[in-house]
Amino acid sequence: MSEDKGVKTLAKVDAIIGWRNLEIGCAITEPGSSRKLRTGDWRSQRPVTDRDKCIKCGLCWIYCPDIVYSPVRSGYFKWDGDYCKGCGICAHECPKDAITMVMEGE
Amino acid sequence: MPKRVGIEVSLAASEAACAADVDVIAAYPVTPQTHIVEHLSELVADGELDAEFMSVESEHSAMSACIGAAAAGARTFTATSAPGLALMHEIVFIAPSLRTPIVMVVANRALSGPISIWNDHSDIMAERDCGWIQTFAENGQEVFDLIIQAFRVAEDPEVLLPVIVNMDGFTLSHVIEPIELLSASEVSEYLKPYNPQMVLDPKEPITMGPVGVPEIYTEARYQAESVLNGSKKVIVKAWKEFAKLYGRSYKPIETYRTQGAEVVLMTMGSVTETAMTAVDRMREKGIEVGLMRFRLWRPFPVQEFRRAVKGIKALAVVDRAISFGAQGGPVCSKVKSALYGAPEQPQVFGFISGLGGRDITVEMFEQMVKKTIRYAKKGKGPMYELIGVRER
Amino acid sequence: MMDAAPRDFKKFTRKSLPRVEALAQGHRACQGCGEVLALRMALKAMGKNIIVASATGCMEIITSSYPQTAWQVPWIHVAFENAAAVASGIEAGRKALMRKGRLQKQRTTIVAMAGDGGTADIGIQALSGALERGHDFVYICLDNEAYMNTGVQRSSATPYGAMTTTSPPGKLSIGQYTWKKNVPAIAAAHAIPYVATASPAYYLDLMNKAKKAAMIKGPAYLHIYSPCPTGWRLAPERAVEISRLAVQTNVFPLYEVVDGQYILTKKIKKPKPVEEYLKLQGRFRHLDKKTIKEIQERVDREYEALVQKAALAEAEEESTEEAEK
Repeated sequence: MSEDKGVKTLAKVDAIIGWRNLEIGCAITEPGSSRKLRTGDWRSQRPVTDRDKCIKCGLCWIYCPDIVYSPVRSGYFKWDGDYCKGCGICAHECPKDAITMVMEGE
Repeated sequence: MPKRVGIEVSLAASEAACAADVDVIAAYPVTPQTHIVEHLSELVADGELDAEFMSVESEHSAMSACIGAAAAGARTFTATSAPGLALMHEIVFIAPSLRTPIVMVVANRALSGPISIWNDHSDIMAERDCGWIQTFAENGQEVFDLIIQAFRVAEDPEVLLPVIVNMDGFTLSHVIEPIELLSASEVSEYLKPYNPQMVLDPKEPITMGPVGVPEIYTEARYQAESVLNGSKKVIVKAWKEFAKLYGRSYKPIETYRTQGAEVVLMTMGSVTETAMTAVDRMREKGIEVGLMRFRLWRPFPVQEFRRAVKGIKALAVVDRAISFGAQGGPVCSKVKSALYGAPEQPQVFGFISGLGGRDITVEMFEQMVKKTIRYAKKGKGPMYELIGVRER
Repeated sequence: MMDAAPRDFKKFTRKSLPRVEALAQGHRACQGCGEVLALRMALKAMGKNIIVASATGCMEIITSSYPQTAWQVPWIHVAFENAAAVASGIEAGRKALMRKGRLQKQRTTIVAMAGDGGTADIGIQALSGALERGHDFVYICLDNEAYMNTGVQRSSATPYGAMTTTSPPGKLSIGQYTWKKNVPAIAAAHAIPYVATASPAYYLDLMNKAKKAAMIKGPAYLHIYSPCPTGWRLAPERAVEISRLAVQTNVFPLYEVVDGQYILTKKIKKPKPVEEYLKLQGRFRHLDKKTIKEIQERVDREYEALVQKAALAEAEEESTEEAEK
């Protein structure tokens, strides 16, 4: 399974295996393998954080349905464009209006 | 030394689960299965069996809980009858697809309606394509032995499939028979503790039962089919091993006085004993008749069957269920399809009898044989017949 | 003050939010899905020493489309209506194995999860059975108030007046004509140790309840409000806002039922008008003033009844304290 970002919709390489190679009962033994599906390409707009306004409250992190933000050492929250679907909850909930949604391609 | 005792067959079934040292029993009471779970609950209450007895609120949940328990790595047992089996239906199909080696006794009973608590095979025939290994017992000893063997086969790493042991409701479940009961320690030589291959464990998280997208559904189904077909050799081996240790031998198909027989009766389950009497009687009269019964129903033992019918001119297949609108019974249909393309093919005539608790008498078996001889001579007969149905 | 928490319970605070994620990125939930958000929060609170039995539904299909799984904890799906029964089997199986010395003794949280259809409708029998039998497990109902996975059909948890694909407003219909089934009350009627409602807007409350539910021995039932932008005709960015409004308008009050005693966990002093909640959602757009008034009255009445139950519980507790003195 290649880890390149070109892997998008269904990971065909993984899915198309013969029955002999299928795990017992069609189980999936690699936890969190959904990371291979880059849901970021569903997005039409993306959030941009203004770190001057950010108070590091972490609401963007905790309110994100797609687990796109993660805490980093500086206290800020890093955004992961590979999975952000652009729902806009983070921008809507940010108490300091530090996050704005911008159209992709702009 | 195993002890031979007079015991109700249902209780013997419970004793078998006890000797197998099951970890979880999840069941719901339904006639005529009740005595099995009653006795198991007693064994647990008395501390003779160390198991979780789950008195669930339906058969649907019984099968669901069994799957959960088996997925957690537990040896799991349940028992049911017609309405309960029908209620389980959806989940019955999921157990083999998840490869959970549950053992279930079905005390065979007629499906509604009209509602009937009495015996026939319509309940199990509605589940015949469910992907489980399925056996039919003729007597109480066989019920006991088949349950012990079922765990060994089900849990074999090459199999990992659930097993149904069928026993006729009332005519078998509620009769007292002399049965040699094996104790847990006697069984332990034959049946090792369950060593699950796929188990729900936080240390090694797996996802069981994911969505079968079209890209994988066919392969997943074929895995189940292929394993079920392949289980036959494991079953036969397990039976041979059992014979070595305990002296009772089992085969996928049993025959009785088939040597030189022109006509052979085909049965499943406890009516076989009546059929034997009919065969003996007709043999005395010089009619060359024999008897054959399927012990193993799924996977269907096609090679053994084709071998067994070599040289036989006609088969009288007895079904204990109607396959509505299919012009015959499910066993007869399977027998015919198994013979298609075989080098030697007896003529096959189907009889449906013994529905909803009606006895099949010795005379009725004689009638079926006589009809078969007549039809075979003519080279044709009806697609199927109901024996013992009143017209007016 | 009554304390629902087990002795060793330590509340999460804003500063001590767990970083652990049982779900991975790449799941296929719709934009702004409040259900997967609620699930994520509950799972964060419960940690990784869990086993999850899931009903069929949105959460099942968005996390487990072969060959990928979003699960980083053991997870099983069997069918739609039996999550509680499967979970109870897992619990019983492990219990037997531990007793028989074939599994190392440990306490793992067994979780059953289902949507409102899988809980209030088709799964209610299995749920009732598992609660009654007293298994040590947590049942989570992620309530998005309709059958979203199959295309927004009404369930018995759909609120009065809501438009769904099987409760369409028309000349002779206002949409859903029944009032939302009170499943937490049904769960509480089983006299289980812990029942709670939660909303993802109040994430600390939600996570603390989930943690408590996991720690308490015996059955625990969590009913979590789970907004569905797709099915509710709601702007995706408003999923958390609507979760907050549901609480602030008393449409979805937050409370616990601890050993039968009701405790309001979020008291709303000045509730906002229900209309503010309704008007953000396309599923209520067709409602006239009269119906909205009817809903407001019902919400007020139900909230008052809840306050009464909680007051009764407090009064009872005070009198016991006095008796002890």
